Amino acid sequence: MKTAITAARIASAVAAATSMAFAASPALAEGTASKIDAADTAWMISASALVLMMTIPGLALFYCGMVRKKNVLATMAQSFACTMLCSLLWFAFGYSLSFVGDGPWLGTLERLFLRGTSMEATSTLAPTIPELLFMFYQMTFAIITVALVGGAVADRMRFSAFLWFAAGWLILVYVPIAHWVWGGGFLAKAGVLDFAGGTVVHLNAGVAGLVAAYVVGKRHGYGNENFAPYDLSLAVIGTGLLWVGWLGFNGGSALGAGARAAFAITATHLAASTGALTWMFLEWWTRGKPSVLGMISGAVAGLGTITPASGFVLPWHGVVIGLIAGAVCFWACTWLKLKFGYDDSLDVLGVHGVGGATGTLLTGVFAVGVLSASPETPAGSTGLLEGNPRQLLIQLYGVVVVLIWSGVLTYVLLKVIGFLVPLRVSEQHEIEGLDLTQHGEALQ
Amino acid sequence: MKLVIAIIKPFKLEEVRDALVAIGVHGMTASEVKGYGRQKGHTEIYRGAEYVVNFLPKIRVEVAVPSDRVEKVVDTIIESAKTGQIGDGKIFVTAIDQAVRIRTGETDVDAL
Repeated sequence: MKTAITAARIASAVAAATSMAFAASPALAEGTASKIDAADTAWMISASALVLMMTIPGLALFYCGMVRKKNVLATMAQSFACTMLCSLLWFAFGYSLSFVGDGPWLGTLERLFLRGTSMEATSTLAPTIPELLFMFYQMTFAIITVALVGGAVADRMRFSAFLWFAAGWLILVYVPIAHWVWGGGFLAKAGVLDFAGGTVVHLNAGVAGLVAAYVVGKRHGYGNENFAPYDLSLAVIGTGLLWVGWLGFNGGSALGAGARAAFAITATHLAASTGALTWMFLEWWTRGKPSVLGMISGAVAGLGTITPASGFVLPWHGVVIGLIAGAVCFWACTWLKLKFGYDDSLDVLGVHGVGGATGTLLTGVFAVGVLSASPETPAGSTGLLEGNPRQLLIQLYGVVVVLIWSGVLTYVLLKVIGFLVPLRVSEQHEIEGLDLTQHGEALQ
Repeated sequence: MKLVIAIIKPFKLEEVRDALVAIGVHGMTASEVKGYGRQKGHTEIYRGAEYVVNFLPKIRVEVAVPSDRVEKVVDTIIESAKTGQIGDGKIFVTAIDQAVRIRTGETDVDAL
């Protein structure tokens, strides 16, 4: 019996192979356009894992190393909670509303609870990988964006209020913007270029962080007490994980295993290196010492700034963008912040917001057509240097829209949540530390 | 009996211990403490935010010795803990009313 089945299998396999071999080649070529590609799929699974690693443990370590000892676990809890919560919301309707359907404002509910993502299903946005994988990859972006915002309110926001905020912000702010820029919404149609999230992720998180820091209020003792980081070595490890993960973040945004991914990771890595060196030397020059916190801040600034440009620019552009990123973000964190006196605990605005906006504008300057050329658009997306100054204006338009939507909606959302539950812990609890008062645990 | 309390720079602990052992001191207690004297503190800068740290890490060494040994012990600590830089620390000497070795019940100088 067994032998009979095996023989039948072999026979059918041979038949299939023969029919494939003799099939007319044009038909085969036509078919591959929307076929799942093994190499693309393999790379995108790896890239998804890398981006997830950026949040847990990358961002969790980066952030927790910069707070005081009494708030280390609470800060890690924010990154962890974002991962759990946003994953489920993304599965339920976040993906569908962001990436299914090409209406100008919002996607559809066609993939509610991922119904219809069959074995063969692909998204028109990523035709060579399973749609489920595209969903998963984008999920890891949603997670880290929400987790990034948490850094601005570290040390004082109540955990329960943060959970309400994370869920609400994903739905009201992240999902629409992701659709507008990446899901075929009105910013995509206007031609805004954002390869891996300069607007959707970094500017968005930075602006939300600034507004949240303002609404929640300054930390107790801000400006008087010593807020020196508990353990910067944790932040260094976190930065390393972010940096490596970013190769999946930007390289994976090519949505396939090809030359564009290679260009993206090269520009990314060079921008991170240049950003870190720039910040380090600026600090050495102005403050007398090249701090480790300065180096890692510069690296993350370079990474955030190259993000929107990474798949549109050449390696040397990455160096220039990294240089600008290190300088601008250093200025934002050491001058702008003190000038305006907002207490963005971990500089979400100064590093990510300013970096994301700068990078989005620089994409309009440096974009090289050949990197994004396709059969549909043979000229690709070009920037100012290739004689297309209009792109810079389109980029500015994208930045302004994201800035306003993120700023206004974050404000409204926090005001509504603040009306229902207290946003921050009591002064007594803040002094005791969030680890103990929010989670009942403490580092010894 | 006297108790010699020395506040020294952390990296000097091993040198002080070796010097004291060399002159026949059998035991001592060391603890990590924070403090400042004329050295004041130092400034730390984190992304442009400056914090003055007043309390610096120090080591507090306690040695209980017979009264006639005090001078030798104090001199040894000065010799081994001195760098000549500000922040080398201080030595305090106080009297001990009583000493007991828990294991044997021996008292005073026998217990040291």
